[in-house]
Amino acid sequence: MNTKKPIYVRPLDLKQGRVEMAHGAGGRAMAQLIDELFATAFDNPFLAQGNDGALLPPANGRLVLSCDAHVVSPLFFAGGDIGCLSVHGTLNDVAVMGAQPLYLAASFILEEGFPLADLKRIVESMAHAAREAGVPIVTGDTKVVERGKGDGVFITTTGVGVAREGITLSGDLARPGDKVLLSGTIGDHGMAIMSQREGLAFDAPIVSDTAALHGLVAAMLDCGADLHVLRDPTRGGLATTLNEIAQQSRAGISLTEAAIPVNPVVAAACEFLGLDPLYVANEGKLIAICAERDAERLLSVMHAHPLGGRAAIIGEVVEDAHGFVQMTTRLGGRRVVDWLTGEQLPRIC
Amino acid sequence: MCLAIPALVVELLPADMARIDLDGVRKDISLSLVEDVAVGDYVIVHVGYALQKLDPQEAAETLALFAELGKAA
Amino acid sequence: MKYVDEFRDGDLAKNIARKISLEANTNHTYRLMEFCGGHTHAISRYGIADLLPANVRMIHGPGCPVCVLPIGRVDQAIRLATEQGVILCTYADTMRVPASNDLTLMRARADGADVRMIYSTQDALKIARMNPEREVVFFAIGFETTTPPTAVAIRQAAAEGLKNFSILCNHVLTPAAMHAILNVAGGVKLDGFVGPAHVSTVIGSQPYEVFAGDYHKPVVIAGFEPLDVMQSILMLVRQINDGRAAVENEFTRAVTREGNRKAQALVGEVFELRETFEWRGLGTVPDSALRLRQKYTAFDAEQRFGVKYIPVSDNKACECGAILRGEKRPWECRIFGTVCTPQTPVGSCMVSSEGACAAHYTYGRFREEIQ
Repeated sequence: MNTKKPIYVRPLDLKQGRVEMAHGAGGRAMAQLIDELFATAFDNPFLAQGNDGALLPPANGRLVLSCDAHVVSPLFFAGGDIGCLSVHGTLNDVAVMGAQPLYLAASFILEEGFPLADLKRIVESMAHAAREAGVPIVTGDTKVVERGKGDGVFITTTGVGVAREGITLSGDLARPGDKVLLSGTIGDHGMAIMSQREGLAFDAPIVSDTAALHGLVAAMLDCGADLHVLRDPTRGGLATTLNEIAQQSRAGISLTEAAIPVNPVVAAACEFLGLDPLYVANEGKLIAICAERDAERLLSVMHAHPLGGRAAIIGEVVEDAHGFVQMTTRLGGRRVVDWLTGEQLPRIC
Repeated sequence: MCLAIPALVVELLPADMARIDLDGVRKDISLSLVEDVAVGDYVIVHVGYALQKLDPQEAAETLALFAELGKAA
Repeated sequence: MKYVDEFRDGDLAKNIARKISLEANTNHTYRLMEFCGGHTHAISRYGIADLLPANVRMIHGPGCPVCVLPIGRVDQAIRLATEQGVILCTYADTMRVPASNDLTLMRARADGADVRMIYSTQDALKIARMNPEREVVFFAIGFETTTPPTAVAIRQAAAEGLKNFSILCNHVLTPAAMHAILNVAGGVKLDGFVGPAHVSTVIGSQPYEVFAGDYHKPVVIAGFEPLDVMQSILMLVRQINDGRAAVENEFTRAVTREGNRKAQALVGEVFELRETFEWRGLGTVPDSALRLRQKYTAFDAEQRFGVKYIPVSDNKACECGAILRGEKRPWECRIFGTVCTPQTPVGSCMVSSEGACAAHYTYGRFREEIQ
């Protein structure tokens, strides 16, 4: 990108400027936005090819492809923003397939009038997240919609990876007797977002857990544990993801409430709003289901990784034709942990 | 369900408001329904209002009663 | 969380459970109603039923303001938002309650109505101040706990001369509903009540004395934490064993006999009794709700916008009434879990997670599936 010619009369005004319809119209304005913002931030040889698609070297193994659309309000939150979130979200979807992510593609839908300074922050955050993860953003697209027809920025990312040889992970492979592991505390991302919602706002030192998990996954695969399922419990939280697995595997899951880590401040915020952290979104956690004999070993591998410091064995897979997820409560009783009904709403009166 | 929770009053604010803290979560609530609240008191908070002051002496006695049941059992 | 976590201790719970098992007479079935949704929630969420002997049975009462709100009231709120174009402010609890024509406030919002979820009546006032050119209506629902914050908002609006603020008043009264349950023709099989926690912080324990006196039903006021609930059950078992009927207070850390006089005075200044009010599941109950006093009628959205209450009857197959009175259990209703689920609630008990049916469906379904 260093050989780029200065073909534009004036550089983009990244301080005061705003997104205009022309930035998505395919003309010179769009080329300038791509050159001065996206290509500069994402800078890599594949993107520098400057073509409609990226020409990539042959991959060695089974390909994993995953795609995720990101919409979040507010766009900037404690611990991250829509930019890094859109990188982590897709990397994690590829990683929990037991794969090493190799490349990302990103597509932006921008709303007319959106401040270029904010866009710059988001794009730089994406670039930083991708660089940290060691996965380049090799191709992309930008469209602009009229003011009022978008929510600032929507970002869709697609990730390609290569599955580890001999590893097959799938939601239908949980077997009675398997142990259920969780990589850390739940509810941090969802409550970080909730704390900034209009009408519900409160002050709390809650930081989104958004993070790329493929390093942790690689360490877990390296240890040779007999892994059956990996999933990242995002929307709908831990409860929803476990119900998906139980249904796919036609088995029950039995949890121990006291074993599930929750940050005290997240628990407190949930109490305030009548929310259950089991249903609150995460963006940097994974659930692992593995053969019982390997559970302790897998747990110590997770503990040794920076993103698994608070990992815990939270339950086990049991025979249950109904596919219920059940939990032994802190009090010693039992309850069903059901699917989420609609969006989780505060319950206060 | 009349969701309400005991929280610590950390600061008295103008207009009969107070800042409360629950394990790091802070919020400004109204004191218009209670009297004689001071910093350091615990109040029961419901939809942004303190409903009642919590009586720490009574709380301690209830907990002592629970503990006593354990010994007796 | 101080004053919370101590009241959720598993070891102490086991001690109380042991006491209940020891003291409950095996020849007697104890039929106890927890009136409040908050207690229903605690019982379900902590699996308290598993810690109780089989002959101590908890019956989930009607103390969930969302569950007892008739469809016609939600219809009024939706009409205000869609036909009158007001900004409708509401606690999030009402957003998914099914109304007529397959509508909810959530769907009305999707169709373009300006419906805003708020945490406090202070937020509704703020929205009214910030939008002087718009009408702002607060969908006021709830029991005695939630009423004083509405009273404060009305007084504030009056003092400020806030002309674009009004409320759709649906505040209801706990003792009236308890009377309705106990006055069922043919009598009701209930041995005692776990009395409301936060409602009682406001009204005190005194209003329940009539149930102990006239109806000879023991009442134990309990906090919403699981140990509070268990302790109150033990206290009820003891009263029943002794043949006593008294009002006892387990929640002494927040409830006195008189309650919160300042809040009561505010409510009395702003509201007066409605002669009659329809409750979902219980039908029309006399003197069971509040309306704004004459001097505050300017803040009454029903009058300001002329939105009349039009009753809508519940589905015929729905057994909510019998379930709320403890005559039937959720799974004894023909439509439970099939036609009527939390996703597609038909009756009031399925509407909020604190309703008897929704709580059983969401938290306790395995119990009868396993039987």
